[in-house]
Amino acid sequence: MKISAKWLLSLAIIGIAGMAMAAEPITTLRSAAPDQVSPAPQMSNFEDNSEKRPRNYPEQPPTIPHDIEGYQIDRNANKCLSCHARSRTGDSGAPMVSITHFMDRDNQFLAAVSPRRYFCTQCHVPQKEVKPLVDNNFVDIDQLLPNNSTRIAE
Amino acid sequence: MKNFIKRHWTVLTTPSVHYSLAFLTVGGFIAGVIFWGGFNTALEATNTEQFCIGCHEMNDNVYQELKTTIHYTNRSGVRATCPDCHVPHEWTDKIARKMQASKEVWGKLFGTISTRDKFLEKRLELAQHEWARLSANNSLECRNCHSAESMDTTRQSPRASEAHQKFLFTGEKTCIDCHKGIAHHLPDMSGVPEWQ
Repeated sequence: MKISAKWLLSLAIIGIAGMAMAAEPITTLRSAAPDQVSPAPQMSNFEDNSEKRPRNYPEQPPTIPHDIEGYQIDRNANKCLSCHARSRTGDSGAPMVSITHFMDRDNQFLAAVSPRRYFCTQCHVPQKEVKPLVDNNFVDIDQLLPNNSTRIAE
Repeated sequence: MKNFIKRHWTVLTTPSVHYSLAFLTVGGFIAGVIFWGGFNTALEATNTEQFCIGCHEMNDNVYQELKTTIHYTNRSGVRATCPDCHVPHEWTDKIARKMQASKEVWGKLFGTISTRDKFLEKRLELAQHEWARLSANNSLECRNCHSAESMDTTRQSPRASEAHQKFLFTGEKTCIDCHKGIAHHLPDMSGVPEWQ
């Protein structure tokens, strides 16, 4: 008796889910079927104004406020460091790579950028002015905290 | 031997017996035109991208790298070919560079950079030659197209505008000092000044 009730319940769930799926057509990000050639999206330029973007949270790697197209970052050369290295900031006026980047995995400070921090674009990315594909409901901690404190007070 | 030289010298210094003065001058002029035209045509033929990438050393390495850069493909469709940057445009400088380039024929014959590994090993030295050349002539080949007078810094990004006003217009630095690797990949830059 117990087993058949479970059976009925699961059948009902599958039925309802199926109806919901049929009612709501699945939207796709593609503009054409996968086997058709769809037009390429418009390319936009990189933000290139050298203005600092505020960070959304303290640990966020700062974004790159300029175009980095063609910048070589490999074992031979690091174009970023030709301006952002400590010794180069005098001429370039660029911000120095943070001291945390000199630290190895044992928290020992090295004389230059640590190999594990060498590939800048692993964390730092240039920006483009584009419409997000998905809405972002990220809430800044400063906005979140007062909300929390009022809720706790209530 | 002494006799041989003396005999030929007399032939050269005595007036012509069979040919008229008009034939010799006009004939000499026409021969000169044909020689000069032929020489210049051959010179210009070696000054094309097709000639440069006729060798696999150039085609497989540096040309493939150039293709990804703004000097090959860009919004306006104006592009630089190999000799635009690597051969001076002025005639005397061009001849001087072409004579230097005879070393490159030697390199081709003996396969100095005939494989990718050999090329990569030699890449720093080759790049240093080009950097030295462009430093010495104040980046002349860049300036054949990019003139400081026509450069509108208000149309540049603030970063580029500031750097050009601070270093280029004051003459403190020349193009190649900051724009190394603009059209090709860089070799191992450890030890190169201003690089890490």
